[in-house]
Amino acid sequence: MAKWLNPRSALGLALIAAVLVALPFVAALGGQAWVRIVNFAILYVFLALGLNIVVGFAGLLDLGYIAFYAVGAYVYALLASPHFGLHLPFWAILPIGAVLACGFGVALGSPTLKLRGDYLAIVTLGFGEIIRIFLNNLNAPVNITNGAQGVTLIDPIAVGGFKFSAASQIFGLTVSGPQKYYFFLVALALLVIVINLRLQHSRIGRAWQAIREDEIAAKAIGINTRNIKLLAFAMGASFGGIAGGIFSAMQGFVSPESFSLIESVMVLAMVVLGGMGHIPGVILGAVLLTVLPEVLRYGVGPIQQVVFGKVLVDPESLRMLIFGLALVLVMRWKPAGLWPSPERRRELAETRAEKL
Amino acid sequence: MAEVLLRAAGVGKHFGGVKALRDVSLTIGLGEVYGLIGPNGAGKTTFFNCLTGLYVPDGGAFDFAGRPLKADAPHQAAERGIARTFQNIRLFGNMSAVENVMVGRHVRTGAGVFGAMFRDARTRAEEAAIRRRAAELLHYVGIADRADDLAKNLSYGDQRRLEIARALATEPQLLCLDEPAAGMNATETEELRLLIEGIRRDGTTILLIEHDVKLVMGLCDRVAVLDYGEKICEDVPAVVQKDSRVIEAYLGGSVA
Repeated sequence: MAKWLNPRSALGLALIAAVLVALPFVAALGGQAWVRIVNFAILYVFLALGLNIVVGFAGLLDLGYIAFYAVGAYVYALLASPHFGLHLPFWAILPIGAVLACGFGVALGSPTLKLRGDYLAIVTLGFGEIIRIFLNNLNAPVNITNGAQGVTLIDPIAVGGFKFSAASQIFGLTVSGPQKYYFFLVALALLVIVINLRLQHSRIGRAWQAIREDEIAAKAIGINTRNIKLLAFAMGASFGGIAGGIFSAMQGFVSPESFSLIESVMVLAMVVLGGMGHIPGVILGAVLLTVLPEVLRYGVGPIQQVVFGKVLVDPESLRMLIFGLALVLVMRWKPAGLWPSPERRRELAETRAEKL
Repeated sequence: MAEVLLRAAGVGKHFGGVKALRDVSLTIGLGEVYGLIGPNGAGKTTFFNCLTGLYVPDGGAFDFAGRPLKADAPHQAAERGIARTFQNIRLFGNMSAVENVMVGRHVRTGAGVFGAMFRDARTRAEEAAIRRRAAELLHYVGIADRADDLAKNLSYGDQRRLEIARALATEPQLLCLDEPAAGMNATETEELRLLIEGIRRDGTTILLIEHDVKLVMGLCDRVAVLDYGEKICEDVPAVVQKDSRVIEAYLGGSVA
């Protein structure tokens, strides 16, 4: 513990805290849209950390992770909207969403855990699509999800009369809805990060790593690999479910198109780009991949206007182009991710040295 | 022979048309060092894999410590007290030496997800005990100074030792060593012999597959010889060495 109390770490922590507190007010200078973007970045940190348990810790490739996000989002949407006339409080719904997503994680995991690598990836990809298609079509014969129209008028997160959707005065300071969500998200994100760090350095975390390293050896020393892998699926799915619930509340609206395959791919890209299995790296990956496209979206148009006098290339298509190029470059020059764990960096450096 | 720890009765295993094991029966007494030898491809490792649950045998049964061994899942064998090492070392390469041994404690500890999240007093105590025991075991096999090195960066001999430490961490009654001296020089083999003798002295029964005849003859109380999946001989080393079928199996053809 003494390590935490030395002046340099204390200063660092104070700086981080100051930045985290100031961020939503600085972002608001560019409009509330930027606060929303920051909020989404944190939401994706949630998702990426959840997927990191499955992919980074346990080494299981999951291409359908967004399905758990969808489950959490729809659980919130259906239990807190006029659709069924239910208006449960968020602290009741988020755990329900987490548990249900966890159940789906186990449901996906139990039949598929004999598969490895590519085969597992294909099955999870299929699972993600199945969930989305179900959400799209579960409006007949009984209307459960309202089909492609989605669910609207979802309740915002509220504590008593304190609603997170509207602006209010706190200590003489006007705090907007998105800013309130920001602080809620930061608090939850810190909790999630602590949980992840603790999981990684625990008996379970070591078992995950052992399975990733050598499954046969892990079995031989008595690790029930099936259960421990299921646990990774379940934990990852729960985080996805919670993130989904908050997404619902923040947006006030969900529809199946928010949960397409590209979303799964994006979250996986965050994990891989940032540095698989390394929590700070994954956070960096999530923040970068959420914020940079938005910067492009708002920056590319005006820049072209200034340079060429008119918009030559549609910013939207340029976004994907630059994104793809960035992916290729990062994977070429930093194959372990932008901020890999020290061991992983060494591992890749060694394989490269062996090849030369 | 003292009390029986392991009894294999009529164990068979075939892969397609190849009969890797035919009706192999043997008994290992508590506290013994039992050698399993035979030419390459004789079925020694197959026997290990059947015993530790990596393969499901086609026939026969194992009795371990007085109860039948339901050998259909490897982790259950470890739970019952059978630990093993591998012929081609299988460590967790990107984990440190001490972490490798800590993983070995998995089967004897119980902290779950909630313990990890809340780090309650019991979990912290268990974690400290795991760490302490792992350090002890590294010291026991003589690589305490390499505790924080990644397993894959250890020397070959140290990797063998680490694998034994990891196996011992599961508190086995029976330790199965699959060619532990393979690729070792004379000094390393001698150190290994001392280590195995120490483990036996501390009360663990050992099943040893080995090609180094000197090591086997020096260490083992009894030796079984497999050839083409069949047990052709089982006795004390001095007798086995002179058995004509054994000589024939090793040298091929009859020896005049």
